[in-house]
Amino acid sequence: MGRYVIRRLLQMIPVFIGSTFLIFFMVYALGDPVAALFGDKAPDPATAARIRKDLYLDRPLWQQYLHYMGQIFQGDFGTAFNGQPVTELMASAFPVTLRLTLVAIFFEIVIGITLGVISGLRRGKSVDTSVLVLTLVVISVPTFVTGYLLQYLFGVKWGWVRPTVSPDAPLNELILPGIVLALVSLAYVTRLSRTSIAENVKADYVRTATAKGLPRHRVVTRHLLRNSLIPVVTFIGTDIGALMGGAIVTERIFNIHGVGYQLYQGILRNNSPTVVGFVTILVIVFLVANLLVDLLYAVLDPRIRYA
Amino acid sequence: MLLEVRDLHVEFRTRDGVAKAVNGVNYSVAEGETLAVLGESGSGKSVTAQAVMGILDTPPGRIAGGEILFKGKDLLKMKEDERRKIRGAGMAMIFQDALSSLNPVLSVGAQLGEMYEVHRGMSRKAARAKAVELMERVRIPAARERVGDYPHQFSGGMRQRIMIAMALALEPSLIIADEPTTALDVTVQAQVMDLLAELQRELNMGLILITHDLGVVADVADKIAVMYAGRIVESAPVHEIYAAPAHPYTRGLLDSIPRLDQKGQELYAIKGLPPNLLAIPPGCAFNPRCPMARAACRAEVPPLAEVAPDRASACFFWKECVGA
Amino acid sequence: MPEPERPEPPERYEPPAYDPLQPGKGEAIAPTGQGGPIDLALDEAESLEKPLGDDPTGPGPREKARSLWSDAWHQLRRNPVFVIASLVILFLVVISIWPQLIASGDPLQCELSKSQQGAEPGHPFGYDTQGCDVYTRTVYGARASITVGICATVGAALLGSALGGLAGFFGGWGDSLLSRVADIFFGIPVVLGGLVFLSVVTSTTVWPVVGFIVLLGWPQLARIARGSVITAKQNDYVQAARALGAGNGRMLLRHVAPNAVAPVIVVATIALGTYIALEATLSFLGVGLRPPTVSWGIDISNAASQIRNAPHMLLYPAGALSITVLAFIMLGDAVRDALDPKLR
Repeated sequence: MGRYVIRRLLQMIPVFIGSTFLIFFMVYALGDPVAALFGDKAPDPATAARIRKDLYLDRPLWQQYLHYMGQIFQGDFGTAFNGQPVTELMASAFPVTLRLTLVAIFFEIVIGITLGVISGLRRGKSVDTSVLVLTLVVISVPTFVTGYLLQYLFGVKWGWVRPTVSPDAPLNELILPGIVLALVSLAYVTRLSRTSIAENVKADYVRTATAKGLPRHRVVTRHLLRNSLIPVVTFIGTDIGALMGGAIVTERIFNIHGVGYQLYQGILRNNSPTVVGFVTILVIVFLVANLLVDLLYAVLDPRIRYA
Repeated sequence: MLLEVRDLHVEFRTRDGVAKAVNGVNYSVAEGETLAVLGESGSGKSVTAQAVMGILDTPPGRIAGGEILFKGKDLLKMKEDERRKIRGAGMAMIFQDALSSLNPVLSVGAQLGEMYEVHRGMSRKAARAKAVELMERVRIPAARERVGDYPHQFSGGMRQRIMIAMALALEPSLIIADEPTTALDVTVQAQVMDLLAELQRELNMGLILITHDLGVVADVADKIAVMYAGRIVESAPVHEIYAAPAHPYTRGLLDSIPRLDQKGQELYAIKGLPPNLLAIPPGCAFNPRCPMARAACRAEVPPLAEVAPDRASACFFWKECVGA
Repeated sequence: MPEPERPEPPERYEPPAYDPLQPGKGEAIAPTGQGGPIDLALDEAESLEKPLGDDPTGPGPREKARSLWSDAWHQLRRNPVFVIASLVILFLVVISIWPQLIASGDPLQCELSKSQQGAEPGHPFGYDTQGCDVYTRTVYGARASITVGICATVGAALLGSALGGLAGFFGGWGDSLLSRVADIFFGIPVVLGGLVFLSVVTSTTVWPVVGFIVLLGWPQLARIARGSVITAKQNDYVQAARALGAGNGRMLLRHVAPNAVAPVIVVATIALGTYIALEATLSFLGVGLRPPTVSWGIDISNAASQIRNAPHMLLYPAGALSITVLAFIMLGDAVRDALDPKLR
């Protein structure tokens, strides 16, 4: 087990370097960070050269990257466009996005798995068919469309919730954005648990459990669900990382000052440290989520644990 | 009588029509008796057993008629909860593929102990102790250490022993073993079969042994029912059937066993394929493959009729067959 | 008579041939960062990969492949979902080539005086903030979406299946390298990558968007192609062909490719829908297509701030976009169902 974790960690190092370098390359090599500092004014050549030297921008790209990563690992993410250290922005943005993500995951689990189990157990019935069609529709409608639609209906037309989220982003205001963020994954979780349940219902060990004279609810919960939900749980695990990175659209619609908002500002203002710093953290979150899910898989499925 | 199946009919609804898997099966098992049900795949032998156990997939399956009397009571008329309590406690089943029939994510101890927790209301701890006892009873070495292991960590023979232990847990009066040794190595087959026979004698249980392997049957069974296309075509005490089969299908099965004294001769094989259950041939279902078939066989279904005490055959011309 | 328990060769658990949601051997991460629809696509492909190799008694490879496709076609023709989805797509393709057929106006010709007005005769969808006809713009918006979707899919599918197929067929260091590189791309959240990459591009054509989608999209298709080639390669008749001395090129083209192509086609069809959604999302964020290109994403973005005053501005392009994506996903889903022997 220990060796497995170490091997996994080692595998992630090149992925981390590759992904961050790619982003670094796009931001630093394709854009011009110095020109951005001056906004619309033309920069004074001497000052520009000094800044370039300070920021290592006169070196080859790989040296810039190493320098940048070195600083990051010392906790220095650079300065954002408004003069704040990027780390301060992160300290305010990440908790908000994390809360939003957790709300989304909560709905994925509760609604997605429930619907999936119901339709999986009634495979071929009308409930099942309608759930399948519904999930396809939900998957097909892009998040920004459902976002505005739900915001308009619940926030504006019926006035059930505040259409936008206040800067502190309390949990109750994050319910609607959380649902919007979750929707596509939720539909997918529904389909995944449905398929998994429908396949496992016919498994030999479920028949054995019935032949043992276990009550139906015990057959379903202890034998069927325990096996069927393994892929679902692992999907939801990796989805945490994906949702945090994908929250940009939702945060924009509901004006949530989270990671997506700060990133969007960073990109608009061409502030490289903000963009690269946030993306680096997101990549780390994504990779760690992947690793944890791997371990979780091993915990849930003994066949993998001992392999 | 422990178990009596009377005129059982089972159908499956498929996309292409209704498949008649079981068409009027009768058999009975007494306490301490072993009935071997013999037949090719698709003959309805497993479906009959599933109907008896009450684990038929419905839908697509449907019990279209008949009675299943267990200790005199008709199982088909019982409420589901009543029936559930009989499963495991009154009758238990051993499946062919122990690896897929055991839950891969629960330890064998948990799966064995579950029987006591659910049916006897024991605590988890007490159930676990009983699980160890059970494993020792089916002679799994180091049972105490292995009770927390998972099915994939055992060898095929050991896994089948665990299946047997699970079936025996509550000392049921009837065991249905569906091809219990088919998936095992030949050397292990005999050991598992011996264990099963021994425990059956010890507990005086009725045993229904479903198999397509005539070799297994000869040693352990008291009587045999041969099935073809959802019907019993011959039933008889085990030794008589070997000496003089009264149905051409049984004869075909016996002749297709390789024998040492026939070295050099071509091995006999029944010609043709098992019938399509969506379109069972009219008359005797075996007639297209039967070497003695004639007009009568195509016109009418031969009934299963007594031909001698305890013996029955569903062949119009059984006398020719015995004499052949 | 105790059974001699052999020192257990610990029965190795054989994981399913290829599980797209889980990283395979030598792959560090699962490609789940790309959003739900792609997960759906990958999942659909998985169920297609397994059964193809199951039937050792089946006829030879080409007969098998052919009957698979002709059976599928036979079934598809009678599937209403497939028929409707195909008709919708056909309609979209036609109006993206000849928008004049159903919209006589000019999408760029606007009258500010009619800003945000509702429907009136001849202008059934009303006007947007600039006073442009929403109906005309919605019709013309199909062109950008369909172009991006088709070009990006063709690019990603060709690149991905070529690289993935070769890697899966030959294995070795090239295969490992491909897996590594794919991992790197999976590590980048798509929308984020799009924002960063496209924010520095100033072109107003569709090509940077297409290029970006191909760049981030090919690894998925490569993984699918790789997985299905590996599965197809293990078929008995392929091994037999190898034993009979068939060369690599012949093996790959005649025996492996026809049996490995089904999952790729299904994933590509569904991916087409998701690429259209991705383009709209990027345009919505202001980095995808740019005016004067007419795009549903841009129109939705412009309409979003005015949703209280003029919801119709949002509704029509959003509806058109959703129906388009849905049509492609439904099509892929139906093709999957038809190709899956398990469901027959």
